[in-house]
Amino acid sequence: MSAPASGLAQIGKSVFIKGELSGSEDLYLDGQVEGSIALKGNSLTVGPHGQVKASVDAKGVVVQGKLEGNIQASDRVELRKSAIVTGDIATQRISIEEGAFLKGKVDIHRADTK
Amino acid sequence: MKFFRGSSAAETIPTQSSQKLTRRSSGLGELSRTWESAEGLCVLDLGSTSPTNIRHFTERGHRIYSEDLLIASTDPVLATKDEQGTTVLDSRKFLADNLVYPAAQFDAVLCWNLPDYLDESLVKPVVGRLWSVLKPGGMLLAFFHTRDAGPDSPCHRFHIVGSDTLEMQKIELRREARRGATSPVQIAGGDGFQLQRVFNNRHIETLFRDFASIKFFLARDNIREVLVVR
Repeated sequence: MSAPASGLAQIGKSVFIKGELSGSEDLYLDGQVEGSIALKGNSLTVGPHGQVKASVDAKGVVVQGKLEGNIQASDRVELRKSAIVTGDIATQRISIEEGAFLKGKVDIHRADTK
Repeated sequence: MKFFRGSSAAETIPTQSSQKLTRRSSGLGELSRTWESAEGLCVLDLGSTSPTNIRHFTERGHRIYSEDLLIASTDPVLATKDEQGTTVLDSRKFLADNLVYPAAQFDAVLCWNLPDYLDESLVKPVVGRLWSVLKPGGMLLAFFHTRDAGPDSPCHRFHIVGSDTLEMQKIELRREARRGATSPVQIAGGDGFQLQRVFNNRHIETLFRDFASIKFFLARDNIREVLVVR
């Protein structure tokens, strides 16, 4: 994948974070995180070197690396072909590339329409 | 025990990415009739992660769990020695990390060809666990090679493309090896999993003896489909 767009919060390959991560902007994560990630209304991208052991709560989630934990996405989840995900996924829409690995549940919740 | 002559046939459809065979599946057809009229089913797919299968079930409002037991069985920490000093896989350790679900969770389990390629030491324990995680009345679909298929029958992954139609794609172990371990026990040969055994009908009945009923579908492509009900 090409480098993330400028203006995006980034966690580089060499960074290790343990604890609760929250924010109100999109995040590109290519390092290691253990704990929980809360980005309600924003997107999380786990880069190809990313190793996440955390529950994730975000608007959109794109995974290219490794993620161990449940994913709650209010909009969309994308698992790219290099993704290795262990955990349950709850979202409105999901896209899984051929080659992605998932061990867990996929639960699609459609938004209520009025 | 019933035998049904299914109308399965395999056709080669060359694609740009990888060759896929299409086959009709009488077992899947019968299973599909069950869930077509149902809502909110809980399905367990024990094959390789299949975006096609995930889409198939989620578009119909069902929940799908994906768990690749063949790959999980290649974890080197499972290797242990039996009383004769032969390397076997530790089924207790395997079941501590895999198929961990509450009892009576699933309406359907898709085993595909798992029993044919899974290490001997894991087959019965896995079937026992599947019995417990299936709801009463829940159904399990499994495919078994006949003797005519030959010992070098490649291991395929299965994608549901219609109510009774599957696409079969040969599993390439090199691609899967990045998931982790190489096999501690030699179940993988060349670039795929090796057929471990050929079950006859009596063996299959014994394997699923705790289930309430069993139905066989014979196909022309040397695969015997089995649908069991808990």
